[in-house]
Amino acid sequence: MHELSIAMSIVELAQEEIEHRGGRITAVHLKLGALAGVVKEALLSSYEMACEDTCLAGSRLIFEDVPVIVFCPNCQAQRSLSSVQWFCCSECGTPTPEVVQGKELQVVALEILE
Amino acid sequence: MTREPRLVEVRKNVLKQNDVVARGLRGRFRAAGVFAVSLVSSPGSGKTAFLEKTLTLLRPNYRVAALVGDLATENDAVRLARSQAPVKQITTGTLCHLEAAMVDKALEDWDLNQLDYLFIENVGNLVCPSSYDLGEDLRLVLISVTEGEDKPLKYPTIFHSADVVIVTKTDLASAVEFDWEAAFGNIQAVRPGIPVLRVSAKTGEGMQEYLEWLGTYLTEVGSAAV
Repeated sequence: MHELSIAMSIVELAQEEIEHRGGRITAVHLKLGALAGVVKEALLSSYEMACEDTCLAGSRLIFEDVPVIVFCPNCQAQRSLSSVQWFCCSECGTPTPEVVQGKELQVVALEILE
Repeated sequence: MTREPRLVEVRKNVLKQNDVVARGLRGRFRAAGVFAVSLVSSPGSGKTAFLEKTLTLLRPNYRVAALVGDLATENDAVRLARSQAPVKQITTGTLCHLEAAMVDKALEDWDLNQLDYLFIENVGNLVCPSSYDLGEDLRLVLISVTEGEDKPLKYPTIFHSADVVIVTKTDLASAVEFDWEAAFGNIQAVRPGIPVLRVSAKTGEGMQEYLEWLGTYLTEVGSAAV
């Protein structure tokens, strides 16, 4: 359960941002890759805990899910996966370990009430 | 005065602080000529026995040391110290993984220039350590034959953060009717092309091949870095 550590990092990052911008954060938009190793439900409840007694108390965490995209050496193109248990090109079936996206864990935006 | 919240773009990685410390560590390892190898696995897969054997076998020819992460006890450090190599425990308390800053702090009073190999044993956990870069050159993920063949399918993320899979406790493979073909297939399904090595720390089977592989890999990393 490392979601609490992650949630605290999100809160810290948002606090740093708001410090030099001013205003009140009402929501944090997070890009979450399917291979980021984070459980969304656990992160949501951890986020609520991490926000307590901070200027982010009561704010929402909004997820932007990022599916895994791999590069297929056979098609020479970016392809989706049918499952994270099966790293094969969804078009031709060639196995590939080359992850193009899906590991994201990034705060993309803040909703700020001024 | 507007009552609608304004959307402000940020685009910052949540673990940027860890990544910065990890990059710093990697630079220090390179500068000192020390190869850092980390180990991740579920609890009870034989990380400590495997590491003790590794340290014992490398020690006559190399300067080796180990950091070992554990939730509460110092048992692992005591076991590893039997190899006569310098060992330091990182007690994480309730934290289920090591972070780069913990490694950084543990290395404070060690002279990296006096080392050839630094091993970092993570807390037994196949989920949480995957998100944290520790600055290592190589990450080993261990699975034991007693855990069954489907671990890779249950934890694909950790297999994407690792460079090689070590199958441990091979001396027990026939007793637990371990299906090598299924296990190998599952590993390759989640991470096509990842090298797979088989070892038994108890009998020593596969250890020599593993050490040779390690030497070759690290020479390649070393020459690529020059």
